[in-house]
Amino acid sequence: MLSIKNLHVKLEEEDKQILKGVDLEVDAGKVHAIMGPNGSGKSTLSYVLSGKDGYEVTDGAAMLEGEDLLDMDPEERAAAGLFLAFQYPVEIPGVGNMTFLRTAVNAQRKARGEEEMSASDFLKAVRARAKELKIDADMLKRPVNVGFSGGEKKRNEILQMAMLEPKMCILDETDSGLDVDAMKLVAEGVNALRSAGRGFLVITHYQRLLDHIKPDVVHIMADGRIVKSGGPELALEVENNGYAGILEEVA
Amino acid sequence: MAQAAQKLTTLDARLASLSQPAGGWPDGARADALSRLHAMGLPERRDEYWKYTRPDTLTQPAAVPAALFDNDEGPIFGHMDRIQIVFVDGVFDADASSDLVAEGLSIDRLAEARADIHWARDLYGTLEAKGQSPVARPLAALNTAFAPDGVLIHVTGQVSKPVSLQYHHRSETSDAMLHHVIRVDAGAAITVLENGPAAARFNKVMEVDVADGAEFHHVRAQGRDHERRAATHMFARLGAESVFKSFTLTANGVMTRNECVIELTGDDAVAHVAGACVGDGDFHHDDTVFVTHDAVGCESRQVFKKVLRNGATGVFQGKILVKKDAQKTDGYQISQSLLLDDDSQFLAKPELEIYADDVACSHGSTSGAIDEDALFYLRSRGVPEATATDLLTLAFLAEAVEEIENEALRDEINDRLAAWLERHRG
Repeated sequence: MLSIKNLHVKLEEEDKQILKGVDLEVDAGKVHAIMGPNGSGKSTLSYVLSGKDGYEVTDGAAMLEGEDLLDMDPEERAAAGLFLAFQYPVEIPGVGNMTFLRTAVNAQRKARGEEEMSASDFLKAVRARAKELKIDADMLKRPVNVGFSGGEKKRNEILQMAMLEPKMCILDETDSGLDVDAMKLVAEGVNALRSAGRGFLVITHYQRLLDHIKPDVVHIMADGRIVKSGGPELALEVENNGYAGILEEVA
Repeated sequence: MAQAAQKLTTLDARLASLSQPAGGWPDGARADALSRLHAMGLPERRDEYWKYTRPDTLTQPAAVPAALFDNDEGPIFGHMDRIQIVFVDGVFDADASSDLVAEGLSIDRLAEARADIHWARDLYGTLEAKGQSPVARPLAALNTAFAPDGVLIHVTGQVSKPVSLQYHHRSETSDAMLHHVIRVDAGAAITVLENGPAAARFNKVMEVDVADGAEFHHVRAQGRDHERRAATHMFARLGAESVFKSFTLTANGVMTRNECVIELTGDDAVAHVAGACVGDGDFHHDDTVFVTHDAVGCESRQVFKKVLRNGATGVFQGKILVKKDAQKTDGYQISQSLLLDDDSQFLAKPELEIYADDVACSHGSTSGAIDEDALFYLRSRGVPEATATDLLTLAFLAEAVEEIENEALRDEINDRLAAWLERHRG
């Protein structure tokens, strides 16, 4: 599904190398987690994959189902099936959440040569999925993320994911700023979307999210590389010993 | 002194190309306006009030010719049930107009106002004259003295449909002047619509007297002709608990100066003035607003949003004056521009002058570009860059458009803005 090979990335504005050769394969139906200390390059990886400005790929490749992601505009990546749940979802005053969702869904359909969703089908689909995520009608009417609590913003990300039905989902620290109940709700939303045809890459600092979203593979990232990979037990090792122990062992 | 002399020279040149309409009750007001004008002269480049807008093409003897524009959109407000009053290059078109009769109001034409119309005689030129202080507005006095036509609307009750003033432009050299007077009686209400480019050069004055508890709603779309020029003035006087709401859409036009002068004279009156303008390239748009609070507990709002690209220029001069006894005033003013490139500019001069001690007044002015984070967020969800930019631009304009109370009118304005943005991408 997602294939990253020897990915090297530096900041455009300054001569600072962030990713120094990332290799990663996420197969359809699998959930991979990336853990790592602050500044290890986890968020940069998610931004580079989704096409944010300000980064320069100096070497390597990233493919989604054989298509070169790095060659596409952000909207093309989305239409190809990539989705990033933001660590800090952006507030957009003046744009209604529903308008935003419908524009996005239909833009992707159009890009893929599919028929646009009718207003009534769309409304039905949104209502059903919003209900599962305990998103009320008022949140759907309000401008995108404006005045939303931290938990509401993250649930809104998952709602978008559910509506857009991507093939490959990247969750960037979706647990940050969430209390236990909110985290459970978000995790349930993610688990409901797990399927044989869909891959997940879950970026997190802490093991606790992985109690709720059970990963198949866990990677440890440090200084711009994946330094260790293993099963779910690797996350527990981080929880018990911190990153320091693992990094020493690798070094 | 040199400047004062220059103003009078400019005035003399302008007057040489005009002849004063004569006949009937407006003559006295016309003569008064002419003497006011002789005392003021016409605006010059170095006038403080014209610092950001060059007045020369508005004051010179003849209009700069403006090519006719083939508007493929169809007329705005076209599907609405309305009383239509049509002017072509400033000349009344009876065939295209509705019968000027309807329940709750009377409509007369200035050009035919031979017999005395008492309410109009008391108003014609009166609010304009009052609006000349503390800042001179010579083009409005010129209009009072020379406008050959316009409508006199007396609203006595609830009017079921809007009065729609339509200004067509069919001659490349037309130089039109219209002067409207509207009186809304106590407890009455009306919606006035205006649309169209009007002429190569258009000088328009609208005087509006809103009596106690009356409501005046105004929505205007200024016409998409690229080369048209316009200087318009709105003078409004508000009685107690009255409501005045005016919104203007301006898309294109090489020169537009819209002045709005509002005086809140009765307690608890509400005045909202808003504007959304979109300009591309050779576009100059000036909103000049002066709101005077002269009564207790009144609310005023000024909301102006400008989207500018390819070297377009936007100007905002807005003032809230709160007189000594105007306690409990709630005054708000915001002017913002969205600059879609480095060549465009926005010049703003927000002013507050407050003599009462128990008031809440705020003002703000900003210039900015499209929010890159918001743009990326939208694109990451699959929304193409151009569509995302349009969405964010409409969102920027929304605060001004939302000042329109009527939903159908609001939708129509939004549709026009969306269509304009789609045509002016890249």
